[in-house]
Amino acid sequence: MVTISMDIQILFAGALFLTGLVGLLVRRNIIFMLMSIEIMLNSAALVFVIAGSHWMQADGQVMFIFILTVSAAEVSVGLALILQMYHHYRTLDADAINRLRD
Amino acid sequence: MNTIFYITATVAIVSSLIAITNRNAIHALLYLILSLLSISVIFYIIGAPFIAALEVIVYAGAIMVLFIFVVMMLNISLEEEQENKWLTPRMWIVPSILAALLLIIFIYVLKEFKYEQTTAEIIGPKQVGITMFTKYLLAVEISAILLLAGIIGGYHLGKQKKKVIHRFLEKTKKI
Repeated sequence: MVTISMDIQILFAGALFLTGLVGLLVRRNIIFMLMSIEIMLNSAALVFVIAGSHWMQADGQVMFIFILTVSAAEVSVGLALILQMYHHYRTLDADAINRLRD
Repeated sequence: MNTIFYITATVAIVSSLIAITNRNAIHALLYLILSLLSISVIFYIIGAPFIAALEVIVYAGAIMVLFIFVVMMLNISLEEEQENKWLTPRMWIVPSILAALLLIIFIYVLKEFKYEQTTAEIIGPKQVGITMFTKYLLAVEISAILLLAGIIGGYHLGKQKKKVIHRFLEKTKKI
């Protein structure tokens, strides 16, 4: 079906990963940092599926399902932590919690 | 098909860039959902229809809804008169163009491409399920344990703790 070489597809996934990495490094709002982590996980899963469709194996899609599981667990725990942080500090700035105790 | 890939990839990267540079959290989440939908189109055209469905259902449907719930629970009021800002054209013209591109591609794919042309390279859900529950059975069980830990962690961390200071603790604090 699609006749693009694997290089360009992986280049696309890498560009998406870099987008997420730049977002993680630039933004200080912790919700945006979590969203950038989501973008990075998604692009890593995209590489798995690209490789699986290149070699005609189902293993890449199985790996995508595992990455989906990890991502769901990470998001639930991370959002609960963000709620606790907002209730304690009344801010979403990641630099506000750079001390272990206040 | 190659043109569809390039257009969809451009939509994905542009909407991700807008999502990480936006100031409003809800708008950024909507752009992120658009990016996930376009990645799902890419999954579909490289021969993984099951994964495309999972991406829409689980990522864009469940995880992003969690994000939106939390953003709305925190009630982050960035600016006043947000309602007036939503009505200006530059707030909705870019997402409308990007989403319309995806819709045009979707209609084009449904009209032009027959399913029989692509059956040779599609890895369907049956093959994925057989591989997952035979070769990777241990990993499935480990991820089930991980989900259980996620449930318990989310419940424990997310609940509001009432600050009850016991008399004994107060007494010891005075000493």
